[in-house]
Amino acid sequence: MPSYVIEEKCDGCKGGEKTACMYICPNDLMILDPEAMKAYNQEPDQCWECYNCVKICPQGAIEVRHYADICPMGGYVQPMRSSDSIMWTVKFRNGNIKRFKFPIRTTPEGSIKPYEGKPEPGPIDDGLLFTMAGQTLQTP
Amino acid sequence: MALRNKPSWELLAEPDLSKVPVEELEYDALIVGGGMAATGTAFEIGKWMPAGSKVCLIDKAAMERSGAVAQGLSAINTYIGENDVADYVRMVRGDLMGVVREDLIYDLGRFVDDSVMHFEEWGLPIWKQKGDEGKSLRDGGQPVRTGKWQIMINGESYKCIVAEAAKNALEEMGYDLHERVFIVKLLLDANKPNTIAGCVGFSSRENKVIVYKCKVMMCACGGAVNIFRPRATDEGKGRAWYPIWNAGSTYTMCMQVGAEMTMMENRFTPSRFKDGYGPVGAWFLLFKAGVTNSLGESYAFSDAAKEELAKYAPYGLQPVTPTCLRNHLMLKELKEGRGPIYMDTAAALKKFMDDKKAGGMDEKALKKYWKELESEAWEDFLDMSCGQAGLWASMNIEPEKVGSEIMPTEPYMLGSHSGCCGIWVSGPNEDWVPDDYKWGYNRMTTVNGLFTSGDGVGASGHKFSSGSHAEGRMAAKAMAKYVIDNAGFAPALKESSEDLKAEIYKSVVHYYAHNMETTDDMINPAYIRPRHMMERLMKYTDEYGGGWSPYYMTNKKLLEIAMHHLDMLREDSDKLATSGLHELIRAWEMTHRIWCVEDHLRHIQFREESRYPGFYYRGDFPEADSKSMEDGGWKCFVNSKYDPETGEWSTFKKTLHQIIPD
Ligand SMILES: Cc1cc2nc3c(=O)[nH]c(=O)nc-3n(C[C@H](O)[C@H](O)[C@H](O)COP(=O)(O)OP(=O)(O)OC[C@H]3O[C@@H](n4cnc5c(N)ncnc54)[C@H](O)[C@@H]3O)c2cc1C
Ligand code: SF4
Ligand code: SF4
Repeated sequence: MPSYVIEEKCDGCKGGEKTACMYICPNDLMILDPEAMKAYNQEPDQCWECYNCVKICPQGAIEVRHYADICPMGGYVQPMRSSDSIMWTVKFRNGNIKRFKFPIRTTPEGSIKPYEGKPEPGPIDDGLLFTMAGQTLQTP
Repeated sequence: MALRNKPSWELLAEPDLSKVPVEELEYDALIVGGGMAATGTAFEIGKWMPAGSKVCLIDKAAMERSGAVAQGLSAINTYIGENDVADYVRMVRGDLMGVVREDLIYDLGRFVDDSVMHFEEWGLPIWKQKGDEGKSLRDGGQPVRTGKWQIMINGESYKCIVAEAAKNALEEMGYDLHERVFIVKLLLDANKPNTIAGCVGFSSRENKVIVYKCKVMMCACGGAVNIFRPRATDEGKGRAWYPIWNAGSTYTMCMQVGAEMTMMENRFTPSRFKDGYGPVGAWFLLFKAGVTNSLGESYAFSDAAKEELAKYAPYGLQPVTPTCLRNHLMLKELKEGRGPIYMDTAAALKKFMDDKKAGGMDEKALKKYWKELESEAWEDFLDMSCGQAGLWASMNIEPEKVGSEIMPTEPYMLGSHSGCCGIWVSGPNEDWVPDDYKWGYNRMTTVNGLFTSGDGVGASGHKFSSGSHAEGRMAAKAMAKYVIDNAGFAPALKESSEDLKAEIYKSVVHYYAHNMETTDDMINPAYIRPRHMMERLMKYTDEYGGGWSPYYMTNKKLLEIAMHHLDMLREDSDKLATSGLHELIRAWEMTHRIWCVEDHLRHIQFREESRYPGFYYRGDFPEADSKSMEDGGWKCFVNSKYDPETGEWSTFKKTLHQIIPD
C-alpha cells in the first residue's frame, strides 16, 4: 500500500536543504526530483504504509493508495496530525465515512528536559539505573 | 548505435573512489542503532561516562521515526506494576518453551517500569482506570490493563517522544547524533584480541564513507524481516508484520566479529489479521474476541485440541498455552481443511453492548459507550498498523458486523517480542546469577567492549518496547564501567580506510564497470541487483527452510539444500551491482540478511527436535524434547560462533539453569 505524492500540492519543501518526507521515511523511500522539484516514492513495494511521510508533509501532498494487488479500490485512510492530537478520516469502499480523533502527546513538542529534577547517580557498582539512586536492588 | 542504459536511482553512487571522501572519527562510546534500545542507552549513558567523554549515536534513519516503533504502538506490552517480577520470568519461560536466560529476564523485570514512568513524564498518554485519570503511574495511577503485563496507550507519537528525550540527553551532554549513516560492519582491534575497536558505514545522503573508532559499543539495530518469502505479493510486498527496514544488522555484525549467538533457531511467526497484519492482542485481551474455524467451532477449546496439546507435554499442558502451540492448533485446522480461521470481532463487540444493556444502561449512554468502543477498536490499528485500517476500509469491513480472517505470517527473527533469538550476553554481576552466565559486564557479548540490547539479546524474549528501552539503559551503565576499567585502551584498526571504502563501494564499481553491456539496466549476466538477490534468498529459505509455503516444515535434507543455495548466494554477492545510494543500502541489508538467516538454519539443523511447533517443524524430529542436556536431551541452549580468524562456524549446546522455581 504505497504512499504517493499529489503533484499539484507538492512544492518540494520550497527547495530547502532537505525535504520533510525524505527526512522522515524510515526506509529511505521518499526522494526529491530536483528538476521537477517534486517528491516521489522511489521503491513503492518496500513501503510499510507507516504514514510517517503522510503525517509530516507540510502541504498535505502525500496520501496512500492501498495496494493494488490486494485491496479492492476505493478505501482511503488519511490523518491530520497536530502537536497534541491526530484526526483520522477513514473512507470505506462503499462511501461510508468514519472520523476519529486521538491524543498523541501531553507535553509541548521539544520541551523534554531529560535530566531536570533527577537525582545524582549513585555508585557505578550498585546495579541501579541513575534515576533510581538510593533505592534497594531487588533480587530473586 | 547503442541504447543509453540509465541507472535507476535519484541519488547516484560515485564509482570513481577518489571522489568519495573517507571521514575518520574517534569516540569513547558508540551507539549503533536508534530504536527503543539505543534511545535507552542514549538517555542513561551520559550519567555514567567519565566527564569529557565523546559519545555518538548512529542511525540509518531519522531517530524520531526509526525502528519497529516508527509508526507508533497502541500498547506497552511489559509493565510489571503490581505483579511479581518472578511471575514475569515464569510467563516468559512458559511461552518460550522453557529455554530462556532467567537472569536476564529477572534483571529486566526489575527495571522496566522506570522506563515506562519516564515515557509518561515525557508526554506519552497512558490510559488510566476510571477515577485515576490525570494521576501518573509514578503517583500510583492505575493503568488500563489488557492482560497481566500489557497497558494501553495513545501511542501514535511514542517513538517521537522517546527519541526526543534521547536527542535532548545527547545534546545536553555535548554528544553527537549521526542520522542516515548505514553501518556496514564492526571492526576488531589490531592489537588486543577479541576486542571491539570501531565500525564503518556510509552516508545515504552523499557519497561519503565514515570510519569510527571507539572503546566501547552498543550494537542495537533490531531484528530481521524479509528473510522468508512474504505472503504479500508484488506492490504489496512492503506489508510485512515486522518493520520492513530491520535487516538483521545486529545479528550479522556482531556474529561477524566473533560474538557467540544463542537460540538463533527461534523465530517468530505471529498470527495476525490476514493481509493487513494488524495487531490481534487488543482483540484477544481487551475485547475478548474468540477464534473460530469455518464451521464456527472454537477449535482451541475442543477435545481434539486438548489431545493435540498433550502430545507436547509438559509445554502443551501449561495453564497458558505457548504462542507457538496456539499457532500449531491453528495450522492443524488449516491443514485439515477447516480454514479459514476467523477472529469473531462482531460477537465480541456485541457481548460488550449486551452486558451494558443487561446492566440497565439507557439508549443515550449506550450510544456513547458504543462510540468509545468503536474508537478504541480503530485506534488499535491507526496507532500501529494503518495499513490494516486501509484494508478494512477497502473491504467494507466493519468489525461490529463481520469477523476477519487471521493467519500465521512469514517467519521473522527477533529477540524482544515473542521470540528469543539473538546474542549470548553476560548477565548482571551478582551472586544469584550462575557463573557461566556472567563475565563482568551486564549485556556485554563475548567480544570485549561490544554490548547489545533489545532485539539483540538472545534467550530473553517478551521485553517489547519498554523492556528494550530499559535494557539499553542497563547496558549503558555497564558500558561506562567498562570504559573506566579499561581507561588505558587506545583502539587501533586492522584495516586501512581506503580498503574499507573499496569494500563498501564494491557493488557500485561493479555496476558501472558493466552496466553498458546490455540495454536493460536490470538484466545483465555480469551482475545481480539486490532486489533479485532478496527474492532468491526468500524463495529458497521459504521452500527449504520451513517458510509458510510448506507449512513451516523442514528436515535434514531440505536444510542441506538450503545451505547449498546460501553458499551460492554468498558467492554471488561478490557480483552485487548498485547504481544509487539507496540501492547501496539494499545491497548491504542483503548481506546482513543472508548471514543471519544462515545462522538461523544452522541452528535448526543442529537441534534435532521441533522446539517450537507452530513456528517451525523438523519433519525428521517432530517432538519437543524435555530432557536436559546433561541427560542427552534438548532442553538447553544451542549456541553458535563464527570465528573471524579462520572463517569457521561451530554450533554447540549450553547448559540451562532454572533460577526461579516453578
Ligand atoms: C508490528 C510490531 C508491533 C509491536 N507491538 C508492540 C506493542 O504493542 N507493545 C510493545 O511494547 N512492543 C511492541 N513491539 C515491540 C517493540 O517495537 C520492539 O520490542 C522494540 O522496538 C525493539 O527495540 P530495538 O531497539 O531492539 O529495535 P528497533 O526499535 O527496531 O530499532 C532498530 C534501530 O536500528 C537502526 N538500524 C538498523 N540497521 C542499522 C544499521 N545497519 N546501521 C545503523 N542503524 C541501523 C534502525 O534505524 C532503528 O533505529 C512491536 C513490534 C512490532 C514490529
Ligand atoms: S514533504 Fe510534502 S511538500 Fe515536501 S517534498 Fe515531500 S511531498 Fe513535497
Ligand atoms: S508510508 Fe512510511 S515507508 Fe512508506 S514512504 Fe511513507 S514514510 Fe516511507
